[in-house]
Amino acid sequence: MKRFRQAVWDEPLLKELSKPGRVGSTFPVDKRVRARIRDPLSLVPSSVRRESVNLPELSELQVLRHFNRLSQMNFSVELGMYPLGSCTMKYNPKVSEVVASSDGMKNAHPLQPTETVQGLLSVFYDLERSLSEITGMNRFSLSTAAGAQGELAGVLMIRKYLRDHRSARDEILVPDSAHGTNPASAAMAGFKVVKVPSDEDGQVKARTVGELCSDRTAGMMFTVPNTLGLFEGEVSEICEAVHQAGGLMYYDGANMNALLGRARPGDMGFDVVHLNLHKTFATPHGGGGPGAGPVGASKRLAEYLPVPVVSKGKDGYYLDNSLEHSIGPLKGFVGNSGVLLRAYVYIRLLGASGLADVSSLAVLAANYLWKSLDPEAFPASHGKELRRKHEAVVSVKSELPGAAMSVAKAVLDYGMHAPTVYFPLIVHEALMIEPTESEPVEMLDEYASALNEIYARMKDRTLGEAPRNASVGKVDEVKASHPLTLKTHW
Amino acid sequence: MRDAPRRHPLLPNLDEALVAKMLEKVGAGSVDELFSDIPQKVRLGRKLKIPEGAAEHEVRREVQSKLAQNMTPPNSLCFLGGGVWPHYVPAAVESITSRQEFYTAYTPYQAEVSQGMLQSLFEYQSLMCDLLGMEVCNSSLYDWASAAGEAVRMAGRVTGRRKALLAGNSGTQRRSVIGTYTEPMGMSLETVAYDKARGTLDMGDLRRKLSPDVACLYIENPNFFGGIEDAIEDVVGAAHESGALAVVGVDPISLSLLKEPGGYGSDIVVGEGQPLGIAMNFGGPHLGIFAVRDLKLARNMPGRLIGMTTAASDPSRRAFAMVLQAREQHIRREAAMSNVCTNQSLMALAAASYLSLLGKEGFRSLGEAVISNSHYAARRLGQVTGVVSPHFKGAYFKEFVVSYRKKKAETVYRQMAKKGVLAGYPVPREFGLGAEAGSYCVTEVHTPEDIERLASALEGAL
Repeated sequence: MKRFRQAVWDEPLLKELSKPGRVGSTFPVDKRVRARIRDPLSLVPSSVRRESVNLPELSELQVLRHFNRLSQMNFSVELGMYPLGSCTMKYNPKVSEVVASSDGMKNAHPLQPTETVQGLLSVFYDLERSLSEITGMNRFSLSTAAGAQGELAGVLMIRKYLRDHRSARDEILVPDSAHGTNPASAAMAGFKVVKVPSDEDGQVKARTVGELCSDRTAGMMFTVPNTLGLFEGEVSEICEAVHQAGGLMYYDGANMNALLGRARPGDMGFDVVHLNLHKTFATPHGGGGPGAGPVGASKRLAEYLPVPVVSKGKDGYYLDNSLEHSIGPLKGFVGNSGVLLRAYVYIRLLGASGLADVSSLAVLAANYLWKSLDPEAFPASHGKELRRKHEAVVSVKSELPGAAMSVAKAVLDYGMHAPTVYFPLIVHEALMIEPTESEPVEMLDEYASALNEIYARMKDRTLGEAPRNASVGKVDEVKASHPLTLKTHW
Repeated sequence: MRDAPRRHPLLPNLDEALVAKMLEKVGAGSVDELFSDIPQKVRLGRKLKIPEGAAEHEVRREVQSKLAQNMTPPNSLCFLGGGVWPHYVPAAVESITSRQEFYTAYTPYQAEVSQGMLQSLFEYQSLMCDLLGMEVCNSSLYDWASAAGEAVRMAGRVTGRRKALLAGNSGTQRRSVIGTYTEPMGMSLETVAYDKARGTLDMGDLRRKLSPDVACLYIENPNFFGGIEDAIEDVVGAAHESGALAVVGVDPISLSLLKEPGGYGSDIVVGEGQPLGIAMNFGGPHLGIFAVRDLKLARNMPGRLIGMTTAASDPSRRAFAMVLQAREQHIRREAAMSNVCTNQSLMALAAASYLSLLGKEGFRSLGEAVISNSHYAARRLGQVTGVVSPHFKGAYFKEFVVSYRKKKAETVYRQMAKKGVLAGYPVPREFGLGAEAGSYCVTEVHTPEDIERLASALEGAL
């Protein structure tokens, strides 16, 4: 085991560091302005005037030290392997950050005349065309800010389409292996959620779907490959079954990293698609966000996309709010433009062949890592004979509950991040491992031997309390779930 | 065009011998075999029709030259607002948010190795609670508009009522997004008129429209025109009298001088955190602020919350973790308060570093600079012939409306852009001000010289 120690700083809260009179940034009023506007406070009506603002007082260096120290207590992709299943924690190219910090990006205002932002709009137009080609869709709206917002857009489109066709269908089918955002999005859009069971191989069967379909079926949300890392072999038949019943098909693109240049949801029969640019297209996750979740549609549903979309007219590119049946906007302005730009850079770095290589190597890495694990310790929960796609889900073999969590906490001590745990919900003691194409094979070997070693230590009861090498030992989640404090009181 | 090299900086295992070795372990004869479970009929069977990739230096040059075509500061002047505002982003904030430890991390699910982000988000929540005068603030939503959509949904959930009143002087884009978010709940939306002379909400119309089926009033302070709602306390009081919640949308910079929304009884506060150290970025990524009055309402709120706790084995060792997760989609699925998962954490980090950097005095000085510059500019534009500036009689903070006697705002806005001055965004038709009103935003970044250039561009455009 290589030695690893995460930094420990015992860093106080900002307010504990505060000392009256300190300031890290000031904005003096220009003398010429001051000469004209002598008493700025008098411009605020007394009924709403604020006496003072309770903020901490620190110097610039103190603020930097504070956050730099905190950053040292944060694990990240550029520090070590981060194989969180379903999250596609690939490397985020530095050049994207450089390009996104150009003045032409950072300082562009979303309400400036479109003729003054043609450069950026041309990038978005090309990105939209590329995403349409990659997924086999007719058109994309780039406006949705994250995967879940793309999902909401998609189910709202299905709802509006059906209403426009005088249908009051109110049920959405969602497989039991789906991400929580699927049922949550369907419910937000006013649908009842009908759970579709997966079979013992982790596959949704067209027959099961057919049996659950009725004249209430508005559609189905389907993740392919699914969260077990398996391709859904009957996807076309399922699309047919739902269409035959009068419903529409929604493709959750969370796992698109497995299929670039290999297969396209449009060709499988899907009507609406969302992509997570912060997964498949390598934009950084930001410690939880921002992301971007563009939503694409087949020709039938293209007019229902959220506005604005980017269009090209005789005077150049423009933001188009004129889609006839649009569900309306879901976010202010254009979308998470800075994220969209980074995804565009990524697509340009790889191109058609490179993107196909991405999926080939991501799938190869997942299968390789899976086969490197001790099969006794980490049996596959479903479809043992099937190839994995972008990730592998295994069940930790143990009589005791909490085994998956123990493995997860122990691997942190190796200077590597844990897999996703206890998801999908249909897997007992689940570890969901998605290495991505970014990891060199040596790291895959290292990760597999760490997990195998942890299991051996767990079995002979020498594992002990973990993590020991992280900034803090195991966090008291019980105390945290009854929070006495969600903010500092001072 | 050159042949695509069979090596790629982003693909460390792209090597024939290595792939062969990996395939051996996997027990497959080829990479294609790994995809053999994809039925033939849905395989693409051809290359994607997108251009081949290029080397880093080529892509950098290509994309940067496209971006250079945009007209943006510092090569032009920007006086646009409307929910995204030109403010200065201190270099220290950029330095903090560009640390890869923060920006390449995922959501802090493994708390022990993610204390840095967790504490930063906790600090963000604390700073925002102080700024807003609220009890609980989540760790971010996407942006102002979607936060407003979530807030009105939440008001419907909490009150069981299905009608929302929207201030007629609030941003049209926010109102549209509220419409998209609430339509599936069967909520009806009604607009409350504003006073055409002062630009502030019409109290009489509010009282007429408040009824026992109203879940909430959504109002912005400052309003879309930049005006200060000086009777906001009465507005909120009136909403409460009829059992409705007060949802208030804010520009956080205004809270340097304006009373905190919690101080006048707001139940839910939303807003745009972009001016707190985040670049304009052509509309995103930005920061959706979402805060509530008390812990009871917090149990109904969307989004992640970070709480302070301790290490399990050492109660003296402070630690942070995600809390009240039973509200969220990954636990509650279709019964969750919202579907939100990915949020804008990095932007919340920017806001936390911004607020701590400016601090008590710096933030106050910012407010004074902003209100001074905006009034200086409004008066200067008022000296231009054919212009009424400011258009409204009420108090204002950093934005104001200007009306033109003879010219359409659309024409003026595009004419000024030709001179490198981005200003005078035409006030949307929905406000009923006619086509001759433009909106201006002036902040701490604008100097008297900039304002002079604005005035002469306006003069030239009339």
